[in-house]
Amino acid sequence: MNRYPLWKYLIIAASLVFGLLYTLPNFFGESPAIQVSPLRAGTTLDTDLLKRVEQLLGKHHIAFNGSLLEPGGIKIRFADTDTQMKARDFLEAEIGKDFIIALNLLPNSPQWMSRLGALPMYLGLDLRGGVHFMLQVDMVGALSKSLDRYSADIRNSLRELRIPSAGVEREGSSLLIKFRDAIAREKAMVELAKNFTDLELREVDHASGLGLLAIIKPEAHTRMQRFALQQNITTLRNRVNELGVAEPIIQQVGADRVIVQLPGVQDTAKAKDILGRTATLEIRMVDDESNLEAAVMSGQPPAGTELFTERGGDPLLVKKQVLLTGDRITDAQPGFDQDNQPAVHVTLDNNGARIFKDLTRNNVGKRMAILLVEKNQNEVVTAPVIREEIGGGRVQISGRMSSLEARDVALLLRAGALAAPMEIIEERTVGPSLGAENITRGFNSTLYGFIAVALFIMIYYRAFGVISVTALSVNLLLLIGLLSILQATLTLPGMAAIALTVGMAIDANVLINERIRDEIRNGAPPQAAIYAGYDRAIGTILDSNITTLIAGIALFSFGSGPVKGFAVVLCLGILTSVFSSVMVSRGMVNLFYGNRKLDKVPIGSIWKPIRKQR
Amino acid sequence: MEFFRFERDIPFMRWGKFSLILSLVISILSVYFIASKGLNFGVDFTGGTVMEVSYDKAVDLAQIRQVLAEQGITDATVQNFGTSREVLIRLPVKHEFSGGDLSEVVINALKQNDTTVKMQRVEFVGPQVGQELLENGALALLFVSLGIVAYLAVRFEWKFGVAGITANLHDVLVILGCFAFFQWEFSLTVLAAVLAVLGYSVNESVVIFDRIRENFRKLRKADLTRVIDNAITMTMSRTVITHGSTQIVVISMLLLGGEVLYYFALALTIGILFGIYSSLMVASPILILLGVKREDLIKQERKQQEEAVP
Repeated sequence: MNRYPLWKYLIIAASLVFGLLYTLPNFFGESPAIQVSPLRAGTTLDTDLLKRVEQLLGKHHIAFNGSLLEPGGIKIRFADTDTQMKARDFLEAEIGKDFIIALNLLPNSPQWMSRLGALPMYLGLDLRGGVHFMLQVDMVGALSKSLDRYSADIRNSLRELRIPSAGVEREGSSLLIKFRDAIAREKAMVELAKNFTDLELREVDHASGLGLLAIIKPEAHTRMQRFALQQNITTLRNRVNELGVAEPIIQQVGADRVIVQLPGVQDTAKAKDILGRTATLEIRMVDDESNLEAAVMSGQPPAGTELFTERGGDPLLVKKQVLLTGDRITDAQPGFDQDNQPAVHVTLDNNGARIFKDLTRNNVGKRMAILLVEKNQNEVVTAPVIREEIGGGRVQISGRMSSLEARDVALLLRAGALAAPMEIIEERTVGPSLGAENITRGFNSTLYGFIAVALFIMIYYRAFGVISVTALSVNLLLLIGLLSILQATLTLPGMAAIALTVGMAIDANVLINERIRDEIRNGAPPQAAIYAGYDRAIGTILDSNITTLIAGIALFSFGSGPVKGFAVVLCLGILTSVFSSVMVSRGMVNLFYGNRKLDKVPIGSIWKPIRKQR
Repeated sequence: MEFFRFERDIPFMRWGKFSLILSLVISILSVYFIASKGLNFGVDFTGGTVMEVSYDKAVDLAQIRQVLAEQGITDATVQNFGTSREVLIRLPVKHEFSGGDLSEVVINALKQNDTTVKMQRVEFVGPQVGQELLENGALALLFVSLGIVAYLAVRFEWKFGVAGITANLHDVLVILGCFAFFQWEFSLTVLAAVLAVLGYSVNESVVIFDRIRENFRKLRKADLTRVIDNAITMTMSRTVITHGSTQIVVISMLLLGGEVLYYFALALTIGILFGIYSSLMVASPILILLGVKREDLIKQERKQQEEAVP
């Protein structure tokens, strides 16, 4: 009656082995490590690099406990954080130009375990410390930016086509191109429609004459938004790489939001600074005709110009009109110029190269200003005299900078500008010490809760209580194993859910044990009482767990962040607890008591009413 | 060992009218507190910034307020939590500081005042995000309620669904009422606890309903009140042991879980205690009120022959 076929025992045994194997890595702890990964695609990761890194560490007498080559990068393990920091500084100085040197933690579990995919649970930011940002892309800003670009492009092509116009103006979310006569407008209409397929052109008459209204087509608008978001994500990724974070998460949420998670980052101010940075380049012409001295004296530059001071040099007047912007840059590398001075070599895309060629041809003998725009602060890096036409789209910026500065400028230019402004709309930062404290809190809550429940149940139900508690331990083992294998993110609310699972999972065993006691009370023989107890309890167990599962699923689908972490563990905990309380505890009962004659069910003393109920 | 030794069924339903009136009063009071005092929504829902900073030694809160006031921040709530070295600063949404800049301003000002200050935790939530989180929370509550009613209606009968969910929403109302009355902070984790309670305390009703169904079969001659009284009495022991076990763990969380889990555990505690009460004294009297009959379930029995007990 109370016997299981072999295959059921095998399933239980297999699940136990599985649970043990995947739970174990969590107990080995982690050791400090450094991760070396290429800064740019194209740099190869191979054993040569591994050897080089090892040699570099040997050269500086830094002991390490092992190194391995993985697709994501080279990982080197250290005994303590001091050595890790030292090694980082040396490696940063030696190969930091081409590689990202990031601090990381590596699980200490044996290699064969990792190879089986048995890894420790992935800890959320509230447990390991770090920063979580949610950024919202300002789509209105993106539109405004692209309108500015269109207006410059339209002006340029009208000039190239020699169509006289009276200027291009922003009007709300559209552009107004003004003309003096109808012929010019007609010609412009035809030519612009050919060149700017994303714009819808309409003839209008404005107050002072004829005009063309250019509106961005809706489909072009949505494409632009998608592109802006993509561009921003790429830019963020480049910048995060500069921060040297081991496992950053950058992902799109909804139509206009981006989540950035930087585990282990402690300097949140720097992180915010780098994420929000907008470094780009502008090329404008220097105005040498106006009276510079008067402008410096009065502080009032003539109309259409701005007053700047060249880096480490003299003041100069720069025209407001931007001829070329940083979004035409395809690459920027630090290097040296002919005089062996630090310089940044910039490569422009086709369009940029053409613009640059035209502008240098038309302005031979004049000075152009190269401005670095960072956080809306403009600085003239250099203002060289144009000697000849420069083709090929290669620009060299050199001007009183150190090689370190050249490197920074190159990095920022390469990392690119954001296509649209972004705003941080959610931030969650947890310091590393609080993270460790949270782990202790969560762990202790679970541990002491478990011990108290286990003691109580064992005293109350005796041998069957021991079986219930064993089933509860198996439940915990399976739950942690499952969480580890799924690499679900464990958060503090998730740990609360583990604790809660302990408290709730015992319900199933209590139901079973109470039913068995009922049956005995009603006079059933021991084996029949066990059988009926399990049999009748199962329906109730399923019912009550399914309702909790409904709540868990709702939490998962509507919840966000911490709530989701709670919901995942809750749902998995329900699944494992049904399995362990029904199958595992039954298996144990069958194994110990199924094959022999029982005089009495060892489930604690049972009180029987003197008078029968019915 | 056995805690409960009942010679005969406890006449729970004799007090049914009384308990229903009591629950009605409690519910009205809860609604009154929620309406008049309102919930003390945490930064998750209102938007704003919460910062947790720690010092090497005990720190004077007035001094911190002073430092903040110098930065033009006068509407901050500054309080100790845990020890006198740890300080929690709450700041409402400020429009002059964009995004996460506010926390930087505060920490820099505090550092100038005392260099030992350490930033432990920052939470900034923009107002638009807070609104969304609140809406999603309400949606989740609705979804869970409907899901449970539907499940109980299929598994038992619609009257059971209605009785079960009324009892459970009563629990939720009481939790919210307590949070409003004591002005405890209602955060995202507390919402998670409320929804977990909704799923968890319906267990209790399910266990009793299961017994009622069984008793309809077993005690053929008994009337409805006796069937219910017997069902509750028979499951009493399980009820107390199960909820006791859960409560042990929740107490462990309450004591050891730190301030993030404190209100979470508190909500669960109220939920568990009222969950027991409402399953016994709210759900079952409602069943009587709705006039549940043996035929309601026996009809279903025929469809589910495999459920028949040998």
